[in-house]
Amino acid sequence: MLAYTLKRLATAIPTLLLIVTLAFFLIRLAPGGPFDRERPIPAEIAANIDAAYHLDEPLPMQYLHYLGNLLRGDFGPSFKYQDYTVTELIRAGFPVSLKLGGMAMGLALLVGLLLGTVAALRQNRLGDYLVMTTAMTGIVIPNFVMAPLLGLIFGVWLGWLPVGGWGDSLRYSVLPVVALALPQIAYIARMTRASLIEVLQSPWIRTARAKGLSLPRILLRHAAPATLLPVISYLGPATAAIITGSVVIEQIFGIPGIGRHFVQGALNRDYTLVMGVVVFYGALIILLNLVVDLLYAAIDPRIRHAAAGRES
Amino acid sequence: MKQALRLVITSLLLYFSSGIASADSIIHRGNGAEPETLDIHRSSGVPEANIQRDLFEGLVTERADGSLAPGVAKAWSVSDDGLSYTFSLRDDAKWSDGQPVTAEDFVFAFRRALSPKTASDYAFILWPIRNAEAFSKGKISDPKALGVEAVDAHTLKITLAAPTPYFLGLLTHHMAYPAPRQAIERYGRQWTRPGKLVSNGAYRLAEWQPQSHIRLEKNPHFHAAEDVKTDAIVYLPTEDKNAELKRFRAGELDITEDVPSSQIPWIEKHLPKAFHSTPYIGTYYLAFNLTAKPFGDNAELRRALALAIDRKLLTDKVTKGGEIPALGWVPPGVEGYQAQQMAEADVDQKAREAKARQLYEKAGYGKGNPLTIELLYNTSDNHKKIAIAVAAMWKKVLGVKTRLRNEEWKVYLDSRKKRDFQVIRAGWIGDYNDAYTFLSLFKSDVGQMNPSGYANPDYDALMRQAETTLDPKKRAALMQQAEAILLRDMPLIPIYYYTTQHLVSPRIKGWEDNVMDVHPSRFLWKE
Repeated sequence: MLAYTLKRLATAIPTLLLIVTLAFFLIRLAPGGPFDRERPIPAEIAANIDAAYHLDEPLPMQYLHYLGNLLRGDFGPSFKYQDYTVTELIRAGFPVSLKLGGMAMGLALLVGLLLGTVAALRQNRLGDYLVMTTAMTGIVIPNFVMAPLLGLIFGVWLGWLPVGGWGDSLRYSVLPVVALALPQIAYIARMTRASLIEVLQSPWIRTARAKGLSLPRILLRHAAPATLLPVISYLGPATAAIITGSVVIEQIFGIPGIGRHFVQGALNRDYTLVMGVVVFYGALIILLNLVVDLLYAAIDPRIRHAAAGRES
Repeated sequence: MKQALRLVITSLLLYFSSGIASADSIIHRGNGAEPETLDIHRSSGVPEANIQRDLFEGLVTERADGSLAPGVAKAWSVSDDGLSYTFSLRDDAKWSDGQPVTAEDFVFAFRRALSPKTASDYAFILWPIRNAEAFSKGKISDPKALGVEAVDAHTLKITLAAPTPYFLGLLTHHMAYPAPRQAIERYGRQWTRPGKLVSNGAYRLAEWQPQSHIRLEKNPHFHAAEDVKTDAIVYLPTEDKNAELKRFRAGELDITEDVPSSQIPWIEKHLPKAFHSTPYIGTYYLAFNLTAKPFGDNAELRRALALAIDRKLLTDKVTKGGEIPALGWVPPGVEGYQAQQMAEADVDQKAREAKARQLYEKAGYGKGNPLTIELLYNTSDNHKKIAIAVAAMWKKVLGVKTRLRNEEWKVYLDSRKKRDFQVIRAGWIGDYNDAYTFLSLFKSDVGQMNPSGYANPDYDALMRQAETTLDPKKRAALMQQAEAILLRDMPLIPIYYYTTQHLVSPRIKGWEDNVMDVHPSRFLWKE
């Protein structure tokens, strides 16, 4: 297991380097630079600015420069938000994004599993249809439509919740978390339903039933592990979906997370900020995929044993 | 069980619905984009300027209606040749840390603003000062050569390179604010952080959470602190205009920076008391690329295209924000200037279109030989709608085939810089309230600033003459002549004069609409 983990970590480094390199050159391929403005600036002043940000060096030099700084953990200053370094912006934005994403994921799992179970147990009855219709609606309505709609209903018409901003109070997080979680709730509910229906028909459940065990015990003890496998393997893509979704949600609700920095950074050609967020998210996703794989192994003995087999 | 559930739900609802009302001595202002920096010498946008205007006070400052008023300078005198200004500073001007604001602080500020090391992209606005241009280009390295001198602690002398009638107006710009040497030398680039930033205006910086909010609190050391009625101002980034509108409707914002243009009819109907639409010192226009065919040597064709556009229809049916149809380049309302108009301004649209067809044929085009052009605009619903409407009008009146080219903002700027376009949409907002900020754009020696590559020696000569003319009336007359030439040569098609649109809660008092769109918070309060 340890060797497997280490091996996975080792392959992450070249992946990350590839991401950094691609991102570095791709964003510079985009026409326009960080200091282009509506008003063209006099050439001498443009030269002053380029020199101040090392943009006057040849591109390969800039790349090496960037890699060197990166190794020392220095993401450089933001080109756009000049009073801050990229590290500071990520450090300030990540807890917000993490809280938003974490709550959304928690909510999606809780509600999704619950609804999926209800639907499976009530298969082809009213409860099932109700849950599945709602889930389908959640999947087909994109969150850039759902989010403003929620804001309009609960913020403007009912006046219960703030329609934007972010604060210590939980009130600020309700709408964005719900908007972000909705499509995931839908996916997880559908997945749980399908998986549980299949599991409930398997011989070992029949045996458990024949033994006269109670329904909760059958569900939790005997059906849960097999049902959860597809849901767990979906956690990786779900995390990616929540990260990309938060980019949109943060923009709509005016939440100071890193998703917002990413969008603004790309539009502004804020090279260092975009690079910083890409590297950070890249590392995060690689790490999370690893965690999902390890979790999978922990639940499914077949995978665990296969891994152990490779070790010996 | 059921009762317990009901109790939980009720208390949750109560918890969530409480606390929306905010304390009355705070004003929440939507501010467009997140400020790039609060450094007065590195910023260049409107969102930054709005906040800096509350934090700092220059030698000259603005009233609630945007007019000029004495700021840190209580009085000044100008020499007869218009070249040297002597300011006497208030004795009670103080920084937010209690230290006095002195003439030295201004000398320090101007040197820093113009230093190549600061790399300020607005440095050129101070170039009317003697040796400022050479210093900021690195041709002179001794800052003492700059025409800014502290005669004593409370007397500042500024010498100019050439007479500049709008110089006092320039002094309200953030590039001309005093800079807190004590903070900048101590903290370096970090000086703009809360707790480190020292300011001399009505407010001081209390909190700054990027992409979340900036909170300003009343500066107790400000010389007019007793007249400042609002204790705190919270600036919120609001790039998304629809979200901004929603936050205003939910009572989370007292003042918006803008409104979504597609919602203007709805706003006029439902929020008439809050809606403010005011002429702004800016012109929306299309520029021809004169460095290439077919427009380079064909003024008649350019005039034909300009006349074929029905501007009133465009502002009434397409933009709908109360914009004013433009037949000239300098917007009306610029101080001491009679805005010029195209020769056809006094005939109706039908006659203009007839003239357009006539010119179009004279330029060698017609039904059998239609002109095909490309119109470049940057991504925005508003620009798109205008481009489509203009293309339709050209098609209908002249039979011109227009290809629309849409580019994202930075790509668009790149194409514009390389003059890779035939016709391009653009806008110009005056830097100061003087016609020169508009007319200087079309001088032949300003490089990329000149959007179309226009070069006319007569125009240049008139502008040069205006630059050195002291008498305001004569100077205005020269610039009016220059504008008339411009509108005859038509290197651009004026479309409309901008308006600014804000939603201002009816509870906010002290707000005065003005052409410069400056609204210092020190004059605002909530009832």
